[in-house]
Amino acid sequence: MYVYQDYDQRLLDERVAQFRDQTQRYLDGKLAEEEYRPLRLQNGLYVQRYAPMLRVAVPYGMMASAQLRMLAHICRTWDKGYCHVSTRQNIQFNWPELQDVPDILEALASVQMHAIQTSGNCIRNTTTDEFAGVNAKEIDDPRPWCELIRQWSTFNPEFAYLPRKFKIAVNAVPDEDPALIGVHDIGVQIVENGQDETGFQIWAGGGLGRTPMTGEVIGEFIEPKYLLAYLEAVLRVYNKYGIRDNKYKARIKIIVKAMGRDKFRELTEREFAELKDGPITLTEHEIERMRASFPAPAYSSLTDLPQALSQALSSDKAFSRWYHTNTRAHKQAGYRAVTLTLKKTGRVPGDITDEQLDVVADLADRYSFGEVRTTHQQNMVLADVRQDELFDLWQALESMGLATPNLKLLTDIVACPGGDYCSLANAKSIPIAEAIQHRFEDMDYLHDLGELDINISGCMNACGHHHIGHIGILGVDKKGREYYQITLGGRGDKVSRIGDKMGPSFESDEVADVVEKIVNLYVELRHDGELFIDTYERVGMEPFKERIYGPAN
Amino acid sequence: MAQLIKDGALCENSWVRVTPEDAEGIPANGDIIVSLSCWLEQKEALKNHNGKVAVCLKPGQEPAELAGDLADLPMIAIDFPVFADGRGYSYARELRTRYGYQGEIRAVGDVLQDQLFYMWRCGFNAFDIRADKDASEALKGLNDFTVTYQADARDPRPIYRRQPE
Ligand code: SF4
Repeated sequence: MYVYQDYDQRLLDERVAQFRDQTQRYLDGKLAEEEYRPLRLQNGLYVQRYAPMLRVAVPYGMMASAQLRMLAHICRTWDKGYCHVSTRQNIQFNWPELQDVPDILEALASVQMHAIQTSGNCIRNTTTDEFAGVNAKEIDDPRPWCELIRQWSTFNPEFAYLPRKFKIAVNAVPDEDPALIGVHDIGVQIVENGQDETGFQIWAGGGLGRTPMTGEVIGEFIEPKYLLAYLEAVLRVYNKYGIRDNKYKARIKIIVKAMGRDKFRELTEREFAELKDGPITLTEHEIERMRASFPAPAYSSLTDLPQALSQALSSDKAFSRWYHTNTRAHKQAGYRAVTLTLKKTGRVPGDITDEQLDVVADLADRYSFGEVRTTHQQNMVLADVRQDELFDLWQALESMGLATPNLKLLTDIVACPGGDYCSLANAKSIPIAEAIQHRFEDMDYLHDLGELDINISGCMNACGHHHIGHIGILGVDKKGREYYQITLGGRGDKVSRIGDKMGPSFESDEVADVVEKIVNLYVELRHDGELFIDTYERVGMEPFKERIYGPAN
Repeated sequence: MAQLIKDGALCENSWVRVTPEDAEGIPANGDIIVSLSCWLEQKEALKNHNGKVAVCLKPGQEPAELAGDLADLPMIAIDFPVFADGRGYSYARELRTRYGYQGEIRAVGDVLQDQLFYMWRCGFNAFDIRADKDASEALKGLNDFTVTYQADARDPRPIYRRQPE
């Protein structure tokens, strides 16, 4: 993991002091509400339905065990004993008091954490594959590049007041999109050019929200040393020409569409030509320093499928099921990457308690080199676990409710906080997730259904990524009542694709029924080995529509 | 009370902003800040004005419009109708880096303490603090941070070029 230098720490400490002063001036009435608002937002602080919500950055989803323990401490001291993993791999606290936030930030800073730019119209946390560094398919480790982007975007003076929020994701896996770069403002795809050189293919103009769309390639092959120069060029074009008088049209995707990709690219190239080879060009030394910040852990030399593992797999069915569902291949022989699902039925998707955080921190120290990752599916990962220790780890996780074997299955639901917390919500998300989970409690059946993503957002802002759920559920407001619109066929796996709207929306108590009918039809229609998304792509919307709404006349 | 911060200190403001709506038109003497359209229409006459002349760019009016006139302008003002409209940051940077402009770049309009540090880093060296705010308090905003990651108007080197290799 990137370890802070003195100056990184000093910057954080100065930020805490600055925000303490800003908050004090606000409380003293010297800073008007509308002056304070963007300042607190740029520090991840929302004013929500019942209390402020504080969003803490987890840069590209990486955390050390000491940081987890600090989150647990914050849960206990300033919140109600739990926090929430967001779809941007960040951590959210739902119940802090405004006047406590400077102290919380100071506590976070003591473990190199912060809430900088986790909200507001600025460059947000850069995200990547949660299996970065252990994914055998990746062509480069994306994390050094993410850290370079983090530093470049942190308090970048030119881009603090953009037209709208701006999200960047980096992916290093060919032919798959684990970081969802297709639906980001900028997607950075690490590619090889056929001459053994790696570089970046740059996508722009993707995004969810009100007008969901996938991005387009604007830079075919950017040399590594020019990464920041190119990003700066894109941001400058966006900052100058993004739409500012209508927040629903303010994302970069709208102007890429409006001016056309070619025009956007031309403007970017012009800025890029000036920045290229200027001081922003990355030095070899800096690239090497960043690579060295993410060393491979001190792996033992082991072989796959050791006896301890094969014995446990054959003797314990529950363990075997968890192993096949929640752990995945690792590029180092003898290791697996383990996902801790935060999706036990009856718990809010993505929520984790202080006690669980402490246990996960201990388990990370014991089994996974002290590191933990968060995922955009609102789970956590221990990325480097010895196969001969998986059984012990599983038992420990099981006793804490962190080993539900449902990763990627129907009940591994992604849901935003929705109307229970969020003041922007049209409708609740959490009870819908719970109702669906209760409907599908039979683990054998879930496993028979196979991979099926359900994503729920409480409003158009799409924090629950409903557009890319195989089944997407969106809360809408119909004459003051909560309704839900359903989309089918979205995906965010091999490729990112926006789902299709099925038809008129449903009342909250109908949603689980509708999902069940959709799933039943899939079971009737599927060919051997077909996942839900495959069947949908083969048969299209019509049969589903007919099953739900009756035959069209 | 002085509302102007220039080169890190409070100072008196000798400049008057002339808006197109001003009934009396352009005053005969004194340092004036005119709108871009006024400048473009009356450039030649303004060059004979008895006093200094600066141009104010509003959001949407890019520095490129003044590219040929920079040598004639001792100051360019950049207007922030609302502080959250960040186009002016890119304009200032462009003036300093693309055009190598050496004159004064002044932030006018909704100019507040908590944005000064960013503005300064983008190349602004003067700030006309919004009238209802205490400029001596606002001055503190220039010192919010001692650490920066990126290149800026004071130091063209990003942090990775400032470290000893
Ligand atoms: S999608 Fe809407 S309701 Fe859900 S968290 Fe985001 S803003 Fe709130």
